[in-house]
Amino acid sequence: MSLIGLFSVIILILIGFFLFKEAFQIFYKAGALKVIFGKAWYPTSDPPSFGMFPLIMGTLSVTVLTAVIAIPLGLATAIYIAEVANYRVKEFLKPLIEMLASFPSVVLGFFGMVIIAPILSNWLSPVLSEKLPALLRDTNLPFLSTTLADFCYNKLFISSGLNIFTASLMLTVRAIPVIASIAEDALTAVPRTYREASYSLGAGKWETIWKVVIPAAVSGLSVAVILGIGTIIGETMIVLMVAGGAAVVPHWIFDPARPMPAAIAAEMAEAPYKSLHYHALFGVGAILFIFTFALSLISDFISKKYRAVRIGEKV
Amino acid sequence: MNEHVPFELVRKKRFNFKENFFLSLIRTLGFTGAVILFVILVFVAYNGVHVLSWDFITQPPVDAMTKGGIFPVIVGTVFLTLLCMIVVIPIGVTTAIFLAEYAKPGMLLNMVRMSIYTLAGVPSVVFGLFGLAVFVVVLNFGMSLLAGSLTLAVMILPYIISTSEEAIKAVPYSFKEASLACGATKWQTIRRVILPTAMPGILTGSILGTAKVSGETAPIMFTAAAFFTPGIPRSLFEPVMALPYHIYVLATAGTFIEETRPIQYGTALTLIVLVLGMNLLGIILRARQRGRKAW
Repeated sequence: MSLIGLFSVIILILIGFFLFKEAFQIFYKAGALKVIFGKAWYPTSDPPSFGMFPLIMGTLSVTVLTAVIAIPLGLATAIYIAEVANYRVKEFLKPLIEMLASFPSVVLGFFGMVIIAPILSNWLSPVLSEKLPALLRDTNLPFLSTTLADFCYNKLFISSGLNIFTASLMLTVRAIPVIASIAEDALTAVPRTYREASYSLGAGKWETIWKVVIPAAVSGLSVAVILGIGTIIGETMIVLMVAGGAAVVPHWIFDPARPMPAAIAAEMAEAPYKSLHYHALFGVGAILFIFTFALSLISDFISKKYRAVRIGEKV
Repeated sequence: MNEHVPFELVRKKRFNFKENFFLSLIRTLGFTGAVILFVILVFVAYNGVHVLSWDFITQPPVDAMTKGGIFPVIVGTVFLTLLCMIVVIPIGVTTAIFLAEYAKPGMLLNMVRMSIYTLAGVPSVVFGLFGLAVFVVVLNFGMSLLAGSLTLAVMILPYIISTSEEAIKAVPYSFKEASLACGATKWQTIRRVILPTAMPGILTGSILGTAKVSGETAPIMFTAAAFFTPGIPRSLFEPVMALPYHIYVLATAGTFIEETRPIQYGTALTLIVLVLGMNLLGIILRARQRGRKAW
């Protein structure tokens, strides 16, 4: 019986073993530091260059931008479901969020490609980078007509709709249900007596949520955020289809990028078996694995601590 | 949670700007996810519904995929998903029984729990790499139905374990005590009392897991999915077409990206109907079980 229990442990060890076994070649032959911080990812040119820095920065930029959008939305959804909504809305909204969580990401990527990207490049870009600066220049106000107009003209021009921003929008859709469902569990676990005590002192609903419920659930909420970030980092199809695919270090949110999962998914099919490119992609996978492994460890640590506190405090 | 405290009783008498502002903000933002889901559904349905027909789902693609249906694609996804579930459910449920009934607190249990937790966070593309290295190469299954199903099985294992464990733990302790008091052994109790009582919950978890698996692309990209296969797979060692991969390939890699748009919409709609339909089934089943429980 305990052998079966060990099955998942063995699987995890096997995943780590095979990833690092196949990745070892690239880190050994090309030098680990050179691979991780190398700025040139030209796997198919001659001689090939396997600098993963652009891929890592691609993942990082997409993740940060998505986190900025998705964390407030996810937490707001959780607060709405757990604290504000009445019973009927709650029974309706919760399954919807759950459905969004298992929504096929390839369809999200497809949606981003055929709808969001054209909207950005054909419609939003002319408005923001041409009409808006012209309007601002006409005002002849000190800051508006110069600095801000130039900023709009230079920075809000979107040459291709497939970029970090579009990818982040679609990744937000992926991250909201993950964050919302875990955060909702955390909020629901806060004992009712806390809220009653707060109300009896004359606090309002929002005051209670902000000053009592959220602080009491803060560790659970941070687990939700961390696992949400883990989902964003590992999400493959969306970044593969809408992030643009350019393996250069991005400088601005409308630049294209090639995050790590996209590089693996796009290139694995054409990388010859046991070639350096093949090993390099396993190297990217190994880095991805380490990232998500670390996030899991952190959130497990937090939630264990949190559980201990909860049991002690349970009224 | 707090519908027991009527809002009217605790609200301050005078108009409170901060209260109203933030509560309205939460009320608005809280619907974002639902609105997005609705928008995407309507968009795909609007563009895809006129493509769907009996022929579309029962005919193979013709003319370099620019015409015809998606029959082998649907069959591929169904085979992949079914085979994955046949493999993963026994392992997942046994692990759950172990965790809920046999495991004693200690190092081993901590390790198992930790590994399940970590496994659940591993990105799907990394499972794809694992499947490539182990099932395709080391075990020499090649790009095949079997390799893809096993990869998917490894990916969904943590989900099946945790939903099954929850179902088993929801069986009241008194059921177990009653059975043991009748002289049943532990294994008899599990087999005759606990498992049958937990079975609806386990099934619901499996249906929801099936929904998740059938929409996954990254794990099957280098382990099972083919751009084109002439018919339905005849053995476990043949590559298959699959709905999510079909959408990806037609939308990005084909030479007729614009010409195949209707087929892309149709395939996307089929996938959504399949995934969300199963999801809905699982959710309804779960709600009914919750309502029916008499203990």
